[in-house]
Amino acid sequence: MKLGVVDWSILGLYFLFVLGIGFALRRSMKTTSDFFLSGRSMPAWVAGLAFISANLGAQEVMGMAASGAKYGIMTSHFYWIGAIPAMVFLAVFMMPFYYGSRARSVPEYLKLRFDEKTRGLNAITFALMTVLSSGISMYAMGLLLNLLLGWSFDVSIWLCALIVLLYITMGGLTSAIYNEVLQFFMIVFGFLPLVLLGLHDVGGWQGLQAGLEHVATARGFAAGAWSQSWAHLGNPAENPMGVEWFGMAMGLGFVLSFGYWCTDFLTIQRAMASESMSAARRAPLIAAFPKMLFPFLVILPGMLAIVLNQRGAAGGFALPLKADGSLNYDMTVPLMLAHYFPQGMLGVGITALIASFMAGMAGNVTAFNTVFTYDIYQAYLRKGASDAHYLRVGRLATIGGIGAAVAAAYLATRFNNIMDMLQLVFAFVNAPLFATFLLGMFWKRTTGHAAFVGLLAGTAAAAVHHGLTLPLGSIPGIKGGWLAVIHAYPSEMAQNFWTAIWAWSTCFVVTLLISLVTRARPEAELRGLVYALTERLSDGAEAWWRRPAVLGVVVLALTVGLNLAFR
Amino acid sequence: MNLDIRTPLGLLFMLVGLLLAGFGLLSDPALYERSLGLNINLWWGLAMTAFGALMLWLARR
Repeated sequence: MKLGVVDWSILGLYFLFVLGIGFALRRSMKTTSDFFLSGRSMPAWVAGLAFISANLGAQEVMGMAASGAKYGIMTSHFYWIGAIPAMVFLAVFMMPFYYGSRARSVPEYLKLRFDEKTRGLNAITFALMTVLSSGISMYAMGLLLNLLLGWSFDVSIWLCALIVLLYITMGGLTSAIYNEVLQFFMIVFGFLPLVLLGLHDVGGWQGLQAGLEHVATARGFAAGAWSQSWAHLGNPAENPMGVEWFGMAMGLGFVLSFGYWCTDFLTIQRAMASESMSAARRAPLIAAFPKMLFPFLVILPGMLAIVLNQRGAAGGFALPLKADGSLNYDMTVPLMLAHYFPQGMLGVGITALIASFMAGMAGNVTAFNTVFTYDIYQAYLRKGASDAHYLRVGRLATIGGIGAAVAAAYLATRFNNIMDMLQLVFAFVNAPLFATFLLGMFWKRTTGHAAFVGLLAGTAAAAVHHGLTLPLGSIPGIKGGWLAVIHAYPSEMAQNFWTAIWAWSTCFVVTLLISLVTRARPEAELRGLVYALTERLSDGAEAWWRRPAVLGVVVLALTVGLNLAFR
Repeated sequence: MNLDIRTPLGLLFMLVGLLLAGFGLLSDPALYERSLGLNINLWWGLAMTAFGALMLWLARR
């Protein structure tokens, strides 16, 4: 891929604005609340765009296109059932507790609701996880820029780390949020023309559908397997993902999706930075509108790519092959950019990709420095210091976090297996989380001991389930079956969904049972933290189109409509 | 917060849009074979400029 002067200028302009925003904000970062929570001053639409943008890292963008090629329109389940319902639930039912309790982070909410050890467990695993995923995303970016632009791995990593470091230490969370808004529009403007050109090229939606039928039948599936999202979910053997509707709806739609969107501080921090309770509740709902349309922006390029690839030489486009002769989908996005974009637009597309790498990194770093400062340093290392002291610690934690992420990126170049294993362990830790929050927020009897033991039991259940099952055709080891193989799943995805279901159910049952035999906290201490003991918010004074419940219903109705249209 | 995000957002998109559209006007038409014969730089550059202008207009006090 060859970039010209115009492409470099676009990339340069972007970097200039990113640093400029940090520079302009440096004077307004006076307290830890400014630095970690933007002084709770963000309008709902800014918080909302940052909310989805923080999740829209480059790995997500590239991964979704790769899945679009590999699985077709079924990939959109990751959005339509794997995100939207959970975002609505967060906004309508959970945000009142996160925002209303004045907790400064998700782990701190656990401290207020349960106890110190539950917070500690969540804070430490979350901090390690954010640093690790930041490192892995840096590693992916280093490889990509090396491959596409010929930049050296070291230069890519250090340059991006330095830019992120500068704008976060200067402008804190506000810097990160503003840059996430820039990145959101870069992705939209960088990818929309790709989709439009691609659709025009294959002959519109009808042409795409016809092309996908060839793709599906050539692989031995029914004609609609790539262009219908629900019709082939009755039997895992009939769809390319190898999953069935129950595992999809419960594993992805309930456990994984609610576990991520309703408990992950990385995204919730953006909503917590909103200017008012009403804005904090609207932020995830405003985010849901673009989120439900993202499949057309990030999955469609993959579906177009597989159609072009199927045409063979006549299409003038080919996905590369892996060593074993199977298609390599990882590079779908860069290949499509190079296929349709001339110099100029190519610069916009590449800038959008680099922007989302950096925003992904910055998102992790801002969540890390907050949790480190409030929930680890202030909680365990040094209590009762001045706010200025904690602000300094926050800036140092930013540097430390980025340093650790760079180290993780280099570790990944040598020990890829260790990275895979760590990610697996974190997946086990995350899987049960939503059961704890659900019981904690909606059942006042839930106790701290129960929450803590329930989380550990859920994580153990995830590990044991993974150790006892294996996707078809895999060898025991990192893919599962390291204890014994008592069940084989049709695909890795089906195994993941069921690992999550087991972890969640175990955590739910254990937390419930232990709560019944341990002593609950007095009700007076739980006001504002539990549903039954919190005054209902009244939305009566708001205009109807600003009420969370109304917006939530609209969002859900539109999502059902999309599912029906592409069933 | 004293910086309205729409200001830098609008400025960035106007600058990138104008750069893209300008490049589209001056560049060799052969460049646009891959974009199906459409001068995507010119048209998308204008779209980005319009978006940038809209953001700046919304940010005015």
